[in-house]
Amino acid sequence: MDDLYKEVILDHYQHPHNHGTLPDATNSYEDSNPLCGDKIRMEMKIENGVVTDVKFTGKGCAISQASASMLTDEIKGKSLEEIKHIDKQVVLDLLGIPLGPSRIKCALLPLKVIKASAYGIHEWGDEEEE
Amino acid sequence: MSTLNVSSIREDFPILQQFVHGKPLVYLDSAATSQKPESVLRALDTYYRTTNANIHRGIYQLAEQATEQYENARKQVQKFINAKSWREIIFTRNATEALNLVAYSYGRANLRAGDEIVISVLEHHSNIVPWQLLAQEKNATLKHIPVDGQGQLALDDLENLLTEKTKIVAVTMMSNVTGAITPLDKIIARAHSVGAVVVVDAAQAAPHLPLDVRALDADFVAFSGHKMLGPFIGVLYGKRALLEAMPPFLGGGDMIRQVHLQESTWNELPHKFEAGTPAIAEAIGMGAAIDYLNALGMENVRAHEMELTQYALDKLQEVPTLRVIGPTASAQRGGLAAFEMQAEGTFPSIHPHDIAAILDRDAICIRAGHHCAQPLHDFYDLPATARASFYVYNTPDEIDQLVASLQNVRKMFNK
Ligand SMILES: Cc1ncc(COP(=O)(O)O)c(C=O)c1O
Repeated sequence: MDDLYKEVILDHYQHPHNHGTLPDATNSYEDSNPLCGDKIRMEMKIENGVVTDVKFTGKGCAISQASASMLTDEIKGKSLEEIKHIDKQVVLDLLGIPLGPSRIKCALLPLKVIKASAYGIHEWGDEEEE
Repeated sequence: MSTLNVSSIREDFPILQQFVHGKPLVYLDSAATSQKPESVLRALDTYYRTTNANIHRGIYQLAEQATEQYENARKQVQKFINAKSWREIIFTRNATEALNLVAYSYGRANLRAGDEIVISVLEHHSNIVPWQLLAQEKNATLKHIPVDGQGQLALDDLENLLTEKTKIVAVTMMSNVTGAITPLDKIIARAHSVGAVVVVDAAQAAPHLPLDVRALDADFVAFSGHKMLGPFIGVLYGKRALLEAMPPFLGGGDMIRQVHLQESTWNELPHKFEAGTPAIAEAIGMGAAIDYLNALGMENVRAHEMELTQYALDKLQEVPTLRVIGPTASAQRGGLAAFEMQAEGTFPSIHPHDIAAILDRDAICIRAGHHCAQPLHDFYDLPATARASFYVYNTPDEIDQLVASLQNVRKMFNK
């Protein structure tokens, strides 16, 4: 049990960081996971190739929402080049819990939305196909 | 308490003897697929070990035996649902394929632009999407019977909904989410009075309720063997006169009488609708499942599930924030309970995925998601629900474990 829902995940779920909308966003994207209906919207402000602000809204399980909360902390202040290197493993390390195949999709949805928002939908990596 | 001897039934199901995460398995997902008794497993094993041959055109003994066993399974299905003739029983891959068969074969041949198809908000995607495809192709209109606050079909407007324009009514006999047992008699009477055919999705009903297709007077009935203790196979029942007049669904071997290079003629029923080598062992296994259910008696199966469901509905109320959707009386619903855990105080609602993942740690298997019924979840304005479903092998003790585990979920999230 303990290893499944670490305190930190429940904290992020209850008190998500960077939750809300960004009226002066330069980039945004929304996607959902058809399997479970998890939904994430990312709004980002990108200036000179750096993410200066990011906020998310969404509905879903603790894993997807905590992942969004942690990832928005992670990318704030990073350059688009740095964000390119954020992959599946980074997300799994942030969450720090073992995940089965269907819940990995929940965990990776926010990353997928971040990359689609930052680079457009065709240019993000192939984490899901691995 | 129970009308069934559940402890002896449990011994017939090898999978239920196992431990998951070091705890005895509590399987509460039979609405998705049921477990299989020893007799079904043995029927599959015996077929492959002693009889395996392709059916219908073999002259040698094995092939004759295989054919006989396969066709005997068809007759078992016929009797199980009280169809008039074995020719009215078509084996398919699953209920979904059976519903598609009707849409593609009957629908394409009989629907004209401007005709109407009526489904309901309760439907599983398999009884929605084929009709959408058909309506798009034919420029027909797709309408739906609404649901009420109890998750039951609301028939107040039936007279206006089913009119001379209605050609097909496709509706479930039991919802896989609210559990509602639908008032089919009224719908079928009205549909027939306006000249429409009725397609019944019995995927949830056939495993759990006595089903008499002649008393029901349904035109087509679809269900799946795998939800009723059998292997992965499906069945379409259709009234003979309708099936006789319908064009084939899939083309290939076995469904033809004669094939020439430019054209062919069709085999007689039911083979006209069974192109290619069918799921022979699975059909025979389904026959064994029917034997098993008949030995228990479908009335007893229903009585057991009603007791268990009432017990579950009562017990689940003990969990604060938990809300079961669907009819509140077990007499009006099948053996399942779909629920949400609502927000409380400063804490957000608990997503069904999280509930299911935590229950898994207690070796309790429930399903989380929209259960292939997204329009119904839209109606409730819920992205997903958690669902526990029951069958002949489930016990009140397992429901106690479910409830204890749910209390634990709430504690974890609500510190
Ligand atoms: C009500 C209902 N209809 C249809 C189906 C489809 O059954 P299958 O997936 O076996 O085709 C299901 C099962 O998920 C169901 O619950």
